[in-house]
Amino acid sequence: MLSSGVCSLMAERAPAPDSPELRERWGNFAWTPENAEQAKKVVARYPEGRQKSAVMPLLDLAQRQVGAETDTQGWLPLPVMEYIAGYLDMPIIRVLEVATFYTMYNLAPVGKFHVQVCGTTPCMLRGSDDILDACYKRGMKQGHTTEDGLWTLTEVECMGNCATAPMVQINDDNYEDLTPERLDKVLDALAAGEIPKAGTQEPGRHTSEPSGGPTTLKDMVAENHDYRGEW
Amino acid sequence: MLADKDRIFTNVYGFQPWNLEAARKRGDWDDTKAILAKGQDAIIDEIKASGLRGRGGAGFPTGMKWSFMPKEAPKDNKGNPRPSFLVINADESEPGSCKDREIMRHDPHKLIEGALVAGFAMRARAAYIYIRGEYIREAETLFAAVQEAYDAGLLGKNAAGSGYDFDVFVHRGAGAYICGEETAMIESLEGKKGQPRLKPPFPAGAGLYGCPTTVNNVESIAVAPTIMRRGAAWFSGFGRENNKGTKLFQISGHVEKPCVVEDAMGITFRELIETHCGGIRGGWDNLLAVIPGGSSVPLVPAEQIMDCPMDFDGLKGVGSGLGTAAVIVMDKSTDIVRAISRIASFYKHESCGQCTPCREGTGWMWRVMERLREGEADKSEIDMLFEVTKQVEGHTICALGDAAAWPIQGLIRHFRPELERRIDARAGAFQEAAE
Repeated sequence: MLSSGVCSLMAERAPAPDSPELRERWGNFAWTPENAEQAKKVVARYPEGRQKSAVMPLLDLAQRQVGAETDTQGWLPLPVMEYIAGYLDMPIIRVLEVATFYTMYNLAPVGKFHVQVCGTTPCMLRGSDDILDACYKRGMKQGHTTEDGLWTLTEVECMGNCATAPMVQINDDNYEDLTPERLDKVLDALAAGEIPKAGTQEPGRHTSEPSGGPTTLKDMVAENHDYRGEW
Repeated sequence: MLADKDRIFTNVYGFQPWNLEAARKRGDWDDTKAILAKGQDAIIDEIKASGLRGRGGAGFPTGMKWSFMPKEAPKDNKGNPRPSFLVINADESEPGSCKDREIMRHDPHKLIEGALVAGFAMRARAAYIYIRGEYIREAETLFAAVQEAYDAGLLGKNAAGSGYDFDVFVHRGAGAYICGEETAMIESLEGKKGQPRLKPPFPAGAGLYGCPTTVNNVESIAVAPTIMRRGAAWFSGFGRENNKGTKLFQISGHVEKPCVVEDAMGITFRELIETHCGGIRGGWDNLLAVIPGGSSVPLVPAEQIMDCPMDFDGLKGVGSGLGTAAVIVMDKSTDIVRAISRIASFYKHESCGQCTPCREGTGWMWRVMERLREGEADKSEIDMLFEVTKQVEGHTICALGDAAAWPIQGLIRHFRPELERRIDARAGAFQEAAE
């Protein structure tokens, strides 16, 4: 369970073990020039002397940099966390606490696509069991990465897309109003290197309006209507 | 039904661009300076008079909350004045809730303008918008919208020409429901684990970085500019006494057409569903139960909810609550025990681990719920489970313990016969197998 790094309980989250190989691979981690700029901007959002507040955004930035280097969603090897601790002048244990507390930090390597299926009650009521089954059929297993390195599957808690359930978040995009067939199309497209349309997969639906067209604010569909004249 | 001209979030579906230019054409940032010119006390009085109650779940009067902030900056131990902060809770994670997402990705300037109006009214130096980590694209929009506002001189020094300096920063979370609790959010903003603080001190006294802080929900802040423009009387013209205004409802589950929609507070459940959601899947006779305010409020059986007004007091009257107005509808095909057990699993997952009753209790309750799903229990365990929920409720630092207890209490209160039926059915099956 722990080796997957994407296990489901906060209390069970533990970092990948330290090893000479890990040090060898990540010991020299440093920001890319672009990320160094970005990191400065992030720290500037917080008052002077409160740079510790930037630990969350910087862990995210670091995870993304690792992701770019490994062609995956990215994760946080221990030496990378140490780099962040040094950068923000805070004890490593404080960084480790944060990284292990928040579930979006991957504590072990993941695949190119992190398939996060929402399984909480609103999605469950709309068929998230079938969505998980469709993932299993393609050889995915919760908490594991497929042999080809493409897919890591996690069942996640409510993602806040309840009016367009069921849904899955894959890396940075949400795919909503899913059926197993629609999910297969999305996954096929991703596997083929294409970028599928994000958001609702229901034909004719725009976002979270009632399917078939809005019951309110119909003027807004065609034009940027200003209602102030009617006040 | 509420007229379109009285809806605040006119671009809630994102048919039109979110950007500043389009938002301005819809009326946002229209002479914000004039709103601020009314003065801090006048703004707070107007919001108080509007009857706006917090849209994040607890329903605390928003204007009153703002008035708790100090009028004179308190001094630190070196005698320097301490800044005040507005923290906007965009950590929308309550199962069923998906309204703040629509505001942030489709109408972000309402939120940013609201941040300035509210921040000014409470004499805050800056606002931090804490957006849940999973809202990745939404955060991108928000960052860009804030930048637009800076570039147009609406934020920063002399914000919107008001003579008041105000900053807005966006802070992304990273996947922890508990950070929606205000003191956990403050801890998280300070770069720590999101574990709630004991109160007192309350954030208005000592919050972010030890400074006076008010934490408000996205919707509460985003409606403020429109209330200021149209007046308290306009806003309080909707809804019932003590339950005023318009509200974003989010209907999920077994309706024909789930959606997010703004309507007047106090609209009946039946009208809400018939007008916007195409009815209950399989007709009204097929309705089993509804969780009317997000996963932490108790479910309400069909016959009690059908004509219930959807507002704070109406839902309190049926033993539940409005919460975030996340309406989860369940028809008769629902395995109601599983639906609630899944919520129990959610709370087990999200317990921060700080208080023993919650850390241990959420797991314990979920395990019993899973046995009850299959009827693999003794009937006395139903009472024992109820008793344990009572031992968790009210015995933790934050309300997550209560939130974990209430759905189970609601299930036992309304569906005990179903729990007993499953136990009997399993016992019967064993009996048969033995014979």
